[in-house]
Amino acid sequence: MSHSVKICNVIKKYDDFIAVNDISCDIQQGEFFTLLGPSGCGKTTLLRMIAGFNSIDGGKIYFDDKVINNIEAYKRDIGMVFQNYAIFPHMTVFDNVAYGLKARKVPKEQIEAKVLEALELVQIKNLKDRKPSELSGGQQQRVALARAIVIKPGVLLMDEPLSNLDAKLRVQMRTIIRKLQKELNITTIYVTHDQEEALAISDKIAIINSGRIMQIDSPTTIYKKPRNAFVAGFIGTSNFMEGSVEQLDADMTAHIRLKSGMEFAMKLKKKIQGPIKISVRPEQFIVNDPDGMGIPGEIQMYTFLGDFANYEVKLASGQVVEANEYTKDIDFIRNIGHKICLHFNPENISVFSEDGMEVFS
Amino acid sequence: MNAGKASRKSIKSYFDFWNVIKYVSLLLLIVFLVYPFFSIIFRSFSNNHNGFTLQYYKTFFTKAYYFRTLKNSLVTSSLSTVFAVLIGVPLAYITSRFHVYWKKGINMLIIMSLMSPPFIGAYSWIMMLGRNGVVTNLFAKLGITTPSIYGFGGIVLVFTLKFFPYVYLYVSGAMSSIDRSLEEAAENLGSSKLRRILTITMPVIMPTLAAGAIMVFMSSLADFGTPMLIGEGYKVLPVLVYEEYMSEMGGNANMAGALSVIIICCSTAVLLIQKYVVSRKSYIMTSMRPPIVEDVSKGKKFFLTAICMIVAFIAFLPQIVVVITSFIKTNGPIFVQGFSLESYEKIFYKLSKNIMNTFSFSLIAIVIIIIFGMLLSYLVVKKKSKISGILDLLLMFPYVIPGAVLGISMLVAFNKPPLMLSGTAAIMIIAYVVRKMPYTIRSSSALLYQIEPSIEEASINLGVSPMRTFFKITARMMAPGVLSGAILSWITTINELSSSVMLYSGKTATISVAIYTEVVRSSFGTAAALASILTVATILSLLLFSWVSKGKVSVV
Repeated sequence: MSHSVKICNVIKKYDDFIAVNDISCDIQQGEFFTLLGPSGCGKTTLLRMIAGFNSIDGGKIYFDDKVINNIEAYKRDIGMVFQNYAIFPHMTVFDNVAYGLKARKVPKEQIEAKVLEALELVQIKNLKDRKPSELSGGQQQRVALARAIVIKPGVLLMDEPLSNLDAKLRVQMRTIIRKLQKELNITTIYVTHDQEEALAISDKIAIINSGRIMQIDSPTTIYKKPRNAFVAGFIGTSNFMEGSVEQLDADMTAHIRLKSGMEFAMKLKKKIQGPIKISVRPEQFIVNDPDGMGIPGEIQMYTFLGDFANYEVKLASGQVVEANEYTKDIDFIRNIGHKICLHFNPENISVFSEDGMEVFS
Repeated sequence: MNAGKASRKSIKSYFDFWNVIKYVSLLLLIVFLVYPFFSIIFRSFSNNHNGFTLQYYKTFFTKAYYFRTLKNSLVTSSLSTVFAVLIGVPLAYITSRFHVYWKKGINMLIIMSLMSPPFIGAYSWIMMLGRNGVVTNLFAKLGITTPSIYGFGGIVLVFTLKFFPYVYLYVSGAMSSIDRSLEEAAENLGSSKLRRILTITMPVIMPTLAAGAIMVFMSSLADFGTPMLIGEGYKVLPVLVYEEYMSEMGGNANMAGALSVIIICCSTAVLLIQKYVVSRKSYIMTSMRPPIVEDVSKGKKFFLTAICMIVAFIAFLPQIVVVITSFIKTNGPIFVQGFSLESYEKIFYKLSKNIMNTFSFSLIAIVIIIIFGMLLSYLVVKKKSKISGILDLLLMFPYVIPGAVLGISMLVAFNKPPLMLSGTAAIMIIAYVVRKMPYTIRSSSALLYQIEPSIEEASINLGVSPMRTFFKITARMMAPGVLSGAILSWITTINELSSSVMLYSGKTATISVAIYTEVVRSSFGTAAALASILTVATILSLLLFSWVSKGKVSVV
């Protein structure tokens, strides 16, 4: 049975630089938990603190209810898949996978059975006698995965495991990882900077920026209800527009005027008056003809992508925004120079404080 | 975190495996490298009543007898470096850019001439062109007087032929790893072949060439055997150090100390200049596509091969001469007609102790070198800290200390209790370890840099402690680098003369010491037989090296 992991106010400092700044989160037993953020945000540092390769300068990490801060890395019972796979080059595939079992003094006859079972799970049983130098990147990745799961670890850690694979293989592997994780029910902490991968694979995502957690939620909530402007901007594409709440009614209906001139009303969850900014995703824009509703603008650039067309639209205010229009909704293609109007449904957008730190919708 | 737990952990980690190794190594290096070094500096500034004096330095810079040797050393070393570059660079260009016959054989000959015992070159050239040399006598019969091989010209000739392989090996390495696109880009921009070589290829390999040239210079500056044998009246610094010390045996080593300090200053200065130049002018290249090795017409190919073969043959000639002379009948110091094994009979009767010494001392030294070399290179590469930085710096030291100087400083430091080592086998072994370990460390480190930290982390993560991970994973992966470095350490140890000649006593004389004394005694036949034993041992070791490293690790 794998562990639940609890991270409490954890801090990592390098001289003056705070790489991990007071991070807390709860990871349930069997959960697929992803640390997502731009490079240098501290996500790998945190993963290596859990693994025991980085010391913990403050706070505590628990496996179930046991503090692991001072347990040495080799006694933590963790499986880890490294970004560059870290396959032992002088050992065969079989010996690589058997390595952790031998360290655990598993009887010899059981080792063979367990290794073969693990190789079967990642579909490379036929490669068991190969040397790592004879394997492709994808095959090495599978060896690394088999080596980490064969020991039935309390926690499985994965550090950008797919970043060295080509696009097609990446999608294929992430499905395999996801299935395996559910089948074996291992608590998994996964680090990536690829938001699409994070959305596709995770039960829960923690978005990290500059050593701090920005939001922890399910993939759908992260995408639909970003807690701040950073998350809105980092996950998918968001168009930010400035404006202000002119009036807030008793029933929390806000009357908002954008700088581009558009006015609309929507319900808020928290009180705010004065300057705000809103974020609108490209697919949330409704593209109207120039005489229709919304903010007038002109198409500067369009990219046809099959199921939809992506426009760069220059608004009257000078701001450039992105909008998508789906092929199935139109029977002609708009082109550069065409005038249009952009509208949106207020229910689908997010309203943030002027500095973007807080969400009000 | 509670305080008791934290302090217990820090005490425990203080005694962890790598910390123990770190402090033990530091202690050993301080005792056997830093302490002798400071002893000799201290000696050079003290008079016979232990007071401070600059008298020895003043003597050195004012008396022509002393000062001239510095000039001689610098002139011979510089000139040898220039010639080595003039031979090494074109040769490297030919073999790295054109298909020639027997390329492997040519490389092997050149490497062997670099790895030959240090004085064999001088000795063989004396056999050929000396006063009673084969060639001299041949020309004398024809009524032609050959120019004297003794003195300045001979030293430069031998240094050039022995050390040009440094330039050759460094430069051909660089030449064959320049990305092809660099020269293609120049060609594409309308640059002619010669222009391309002068404006692109040469500047790019400049730092490597400089490194090779520095090796030639430093090796020439430090060499003791060659100028001692062939220099006669023309004295260079290391020879003077030896003579000063030997003539003062039982007295003090102050003048020799001052001379030692001057040599070390020279070589350190040169090394620093090189570091400075390289740091300002080194290029990071991503070599995706190595340059094309050109196919040329049969005639041209034959011509290029001939050039390479001639150079390689001349460089290797001394070793052939030595082996042949070892089989010639002798009558005292004079060679007579006919072949025999009597020189070998003599050495096995008279000098088998020296042969035993060479191989047993070297064997002990190499075991220590392998163990410490492995641990130290791991500390320096993977456990970066202030102390490992100091270790790294200290390990560079033997590069700038000539063997004769190291020998003297160890004698000065260890000729009184508590460490009374002079005359023992231990002091020779220690000197070998200190002097030859850098080879092993360098090639182990080169391999270690390529081992990603995640490999070790993967092992630790799978439940194997860091110390066991080192032996199960890291040590195995380092093995080829350690082994090829160790073979180099081994070859240079069995051939070591300059520190041995300072440190030996009757019981601990080695083969190279015996060759030296036999030559001085004009017993050329036995000297040649001893040298042949060394040459054969060296060649066998080199073959082992090329088999072990499979061409992946280079000699320099």
